[in-house]
Amino acid sequence: MLSDETRERAKELIARYPKPRSALLPMLHLVQSDEGYVSPEGIALCAELLGLTKAEVSAVSTFYTMYKRKPVGDYHVGVCTNTLCAVMGGDAIYDALKEHTGITSQNGVTEDGKVSLEHIECNAACDFAPVVMVNWEFFDNQTPTSAKSLVDALQSGQPVKPSRGADSVCTWKEAERVLAGFYDGRADEGGAAGPASLEGLKLANERGDKA
Amino acid sequence: MKLTPVLSANWGDDKPWTLDGYGEYDAAKKALTTLDPDSIISMVKDSGLRGRGGAGFPTGSKWGFIPQGDGKPHYLVVNADESEPGTCKDMPLLLANPHVLLEGIVITCFAIRSNQAFVYIRGEVLHIVRRLQAAVAEAYDKGLLGKDIFGTGFDLDVVIHAGAGAYICGEETALLDSLEGYRGQPRLRPPFPAVAGLYASPTVINNVESIASVPAIIDRGVDWFKTMGSEKSPGFTLYSLSGHVTRPGQYEAPLGVTLRELLELAGGVREGHELKFWTPGGSSTPILTAEHLDSPLDYEGMTAAGSMLGTKALQIFDDTTCVVRAVLRWTEFYAHESCGKCTPCREGTYWMVQILERLEAGNADESDIDTLLDACENIMGRSFCALGDGATSPITSSVQYFRDEYVAHWERGGCPFDPAASTLFAAAGAMS
Ligand SMILES: Cc1cc2nc3c(=O)[nH]c(=O)nc-3n(C[C@H](O)[C@H](O)[C@H](O)COP(=O)(O)O)c2cc1C
Ligand code: SF4
Ligand code: FES
Repeated sequence: MLSDETRERAKELIARYPKPRSALLPMLHLVQSDEGYVSPEGIALCAELLGLTKAEVSAVSTFYTMYKRKPVGDYHVGVCTNTLCAVMGGDAIYDALKEHTGITSQNGVTEDGKVSLEHIECNAACDFAPVVMVNWEFFDNQTPTSAKSLVDALQSGQPVKPSRGADSVCTWKEAERVLAGFYDGRADEGGAAGPASLEGLKLANERGDKA
Repeated sequence: MKLTPVLSANWGDDKPWTLDGYGEYDAAKKALTTLDPDSIISMVKDSGLRGRGGAGFPTGSKWGFIPQGDGKPHYLVVNADESEPGTCKDMPLLLANPHVLLEGIVITCFAIRSNQAFVYIRGEVLHIVRRLQAAVAEAYDKGLLGKDIFGTGFDLDVVIHAGAGAYICGEETALLDSLEGYRGQPRLRPPFPAVAGLYASPTVINNVESIASVPAIIDRGVDWFKTMGSEKSPGFTLYSLSGHVTRPGQYEAPLGVTLRELLELAGGVREGHELKFWTPGGSSTPILTAEHLDSPLDYEGMTAAGSMLGTKALQIFDDTTCVVRAVLRWTEFYAHESCGKCTPCREGTYWMVQILERLEAGNADESDIDTLLDACENIMGRSFCALGDGATSPITSSVQYFRDEYVAHWERGGCPFDPAASTLFAAAGAMS
């Protein structure tokens, strides 16, 4: 069941845009933050509030890979297997996690509902390859071993800390709420940049290079 | 060669993502209180700043296309979709330094007479979305966004809009459809977005790095900007090195440096190995080899070398890497991300994956390479948008430079390479 709060927040989203339909992508993120996926009820809500047919809303939601047709885990793990990461070890990591979790299909979920697994495209972090994402937080320079312990920690409920991100990983639904456009107050957690991001600057400072 | 940190200069500072860490919007204040919109557009034109999203279109000219006094609302849409494989500059920039983008947005909107900007950011980067949301809230709080900015009567609203996982939404007209709440499929041009963009109103679409470069130009001037780079490709830019290089990362340097120079700074190719192939600007730019180490990494230099500067995403692959495997994976990406609107790309990318799979497995022959190149010919220049063209780049360029390696696959009945040897953890023996 979608909560009343979700309905109110959806209206808030619509009010942010010059034209209501622009709120559709945020609203679908919002639906996921409540239901854990794009549920039939969520589609109906978007259709109702935007004056669209349910078919029109489904046509949009199925176009985008972040919108899930079935619930994913509390912790959604994405392994980058685009070329650069794949070559640097992403393929080995993905294979290791498949074996480790027993998940065989894209977006499949462990039996306890804790972890789901997806191979993802380039996540704009190639200088930290191989890259693993958990609920869209960065885990940089992973190995099969580190990725397996990461998943173990997620399954057993131990806190995990992204390489570049908040101090701990929130749940998938909480992440979706932020992506819908509702800030959670956590921007000041974590650092400004990972080591690779700073390589050029560090060198410039050592050499006294300035623009 | 000198490094020129500008956008990245404060990344090592304390909390550079806050206004305290970033500082006042001095450049925006100068622009709004001492310059008029047209002279800002002229300055950006004179600076020679070219779009950093891949195509290199002159930014000032783009702004100049916006009709004035037309009575319609104008929009600025910042393209923060950053999904071209290899490209990893805008996300670290926004993680560390979101205010430089917001300051650039204030200046740009003032120049093009827009009171509403959107930042369309890919959805798969949670903490960066948070940083942008917080920066926008802080800027409103301090009166740097919202009503009557710097007491000039200029109003500006900014909305941070997260996408939902579709590479094609980085293409500017697909982005507009997506932002309007549709499937992200490219639009026919003309009309160009400058005339009929978002909600059929005049719209400027620029890359994050393009807009973020504007405050420095206003602050330090056109002449300063032109001391860096070349006549046709002036200024500083973020080069992103990834892959088999000793110190991958972001290196902000003048346009026109060479890969040889950058590699030297980055400690060279992974120890004990040699450069095999690389992309100058993401997977859609034809691959190059060690032959091109001294080609200037600017728009003209890369075109002369038979490639494109693209997003300056330098993905480095050493001699352990199978080029056929690399190209197959990129082609799978294009097939997955093809929006399906036009037949050459939708069908062509599907078939290219089928052929490349057979080639990689060693179940192919010379005629398959011909079929592959034939498919490329039918996509290149015949697709509705540049995604289709980009999909052919890795294939045609890899066959051009590494045809023998394709042949070796069917001669041996399989891939001659050990994928474990290419990994970051190969030496550490962490494969188990
Ligand atoms: C398939 C495809 C994906 C693209 N992705 C991006 C992107 O993620 N970010 C971006 O700035 N430009 C991207 N572009 C280029 C944009 O269409 C557009 O040229 C650019 O945003 C203009 O900004 P600029 O002039 O500041 O470079 C893409 C183009 C294509 C064809
Ligand atoms: S070239 Fe590909 S991505 Fe572009 S419109 Fe055609 S099908 Fe869509
Ligand atoms: S290829 Fe994995 S983050 Fe770019």
